[in-house]
Amino acid sequence: MKHFSLRKLFLGCGALALFILAWKLVTDAKLVSPIFFPGPERTYAALVKGLSGGAMLSQTLETVQRMLLGWLLASFVGVFLGVLIGVSRRARAFIAPTLELLRPLPASAMIPIAIAFLGFSDNMVLVVIAFGALWPMLLATIHGFAAMEPRLYEVSALLGLSRAQVIWKLALPSAMPMILASLRLGLTISLILAVVGEMLASRQGLGQSILAASRSFRSPDLFAGIVILGAIGLVGSRLLSFAERRLLRWQAVSR
Amino acid sequence: MRAAGLLKNSWRAALLPVTLIVLAQVAATVTQLESDTLASPFDIARAFVSIMADGSLLGATLDTLKAAAAGCILGVGAGSLLGIVLGLSRLADDALDLTIELLRPVPVVALIPVVMMLLGFGAEMEIVIIALGLLWPSVVLARAAVKEVEPRLMEVSDVLQLGFLARLTKIVLPAILPQLFMSLKLAAGYALVVAVTVEITANPRGLGYGIMMAQQALRPAEMFAYLIWIGAIGWLISLLLNSVQRAFFPVFVKGEGR
Repeated sequence: MKHFSLRKLFLGCGALALFILAWKLVTDAKLVSPIFFPGPERTYAALVKGLSGGAMLSQTLETVQRMLLGWLLASFVGVFLGVLIGVSRRARAFIAPTLELLRPLPASAMIPIAIAFLGFSDNMVLVVIAFGALWPMLLATIHGFAAMEPRLYEVSALLGLSRAQVIWKLALPSAMPMILASLRLGLTISLILAVVGEMLASRQGLGQSILAASRSFRSPDLFAGIVILGAIGLVGSRLLSFAERRLLRWQAVSR
Repeated sequence: MRAAGLLKNSWRAALLPVTLIVLAQVAATVTQLESDTLASPFDIARAFVSIMADGSLLGATLDTLKAAAAGCILGVGAGSLLGIVLGLSRLADDALDLTIELLRPVPVVALIPVVMMLLGFGAEMEIVIIALGLLWPSVVLARAAVKEVEPRLMEVSDVLQLGFLARLTKIVLPAILPQLFMSLKLAAGYALVVAVTVEITANPRGLGYGIMMAQQALRPAEMFAYLIWIGAIGWLISLLLNSVQRAFFPVFVKGEGR
């Protein structure tokens, strides 16, 4: 097993090196104008310069903060509303169809509406992120509650558990795998909407910075920004899948 | 019995939206609403009829849908092809996995400025961004589907000494067709989202641009008409693809578990 993953690591790094080499060859041969498409060295130089004392570090922090705040807001509101709707079969019958109707609405289509109400402000971006990232958590909680083993409800009735106890002890743990998976999806959406919001509302952050870099043809800065955004996405989803595995360990054992 | 149940359910489903619309209309009428941000349902309906009548809504819809469809075909096509190759070849999969895992988390909107710089504004730029956004999910789904193909089918193709192309068209593609369709279904919804996002952010065409312009011109009724229309189109696309899936891959729909 270990031998196999070593082989994979070796092959993977080799392919990555080839990819970067191909990138370098394409740019060195000027197949695409260097104004639009910088080589790996220039991107790396811009990355180092931006992160060590340049503006890019503070922009990265702004974007990460925006993403996390919006995501936290969406998670709390989403799970809370999901519990309220999911715990009652009657509420589900009345509210769930409307939610399903609203779900396919692209979150970015809410941006103009948010601008109309809140103007080009940080709060506008935050509301858009929270609204867009809310759906996975909300629907996962409702579906998780609906999919709970019916016998558990019967057991809880027999034991005379209060509704709060049923939610806390039975329904939330059994909906947890779905909720955790939706949290990861929500984080991805939050990052996307943070970038879009910064681009549109010209708020401090990587979204605004890469757009400005592209308008003034500073392509190394643009590519450096994209690399950081990719890294944010990668680290975020890795951290959440790690947390997912830790939190769901009890389940893997009980199966 | 079933029809009665359905009627009862649809009555329950319709209650909330209908109540909200009626309440909004009553509130707007009572307060004599004059606003740059809000509009009464009646005004929204009137704005909808007027942008529908002058053809601007249909034109924008066609622009958006064409770009979404082209991006979808391009992205799902290229992504599925790569996914199939990775699913069939252990070597290619092991080698490219790391690179793909590093490229995949880059949010697609971050590529808007790059593609904008290379291609300028217009349909092409939008299609390329949509295709790039759909590429990685299609790779992942197709790769997983190929890996789940019944191993005995692969053994059969070994015994028959099928070449790569014959194996692809006679064994693999038929086996993963349902999963490919599901991948297309997910992609179609996402393509519309990306299309509208690109139009709102950068590209002066289509529905996203329409809703942005309505907001900037302080015409809230038109803005909400666009919003509802965008939602309706997303909903119709998913309805259409769901019923196609149910018609052609009924067993698979059941297997999905919901």
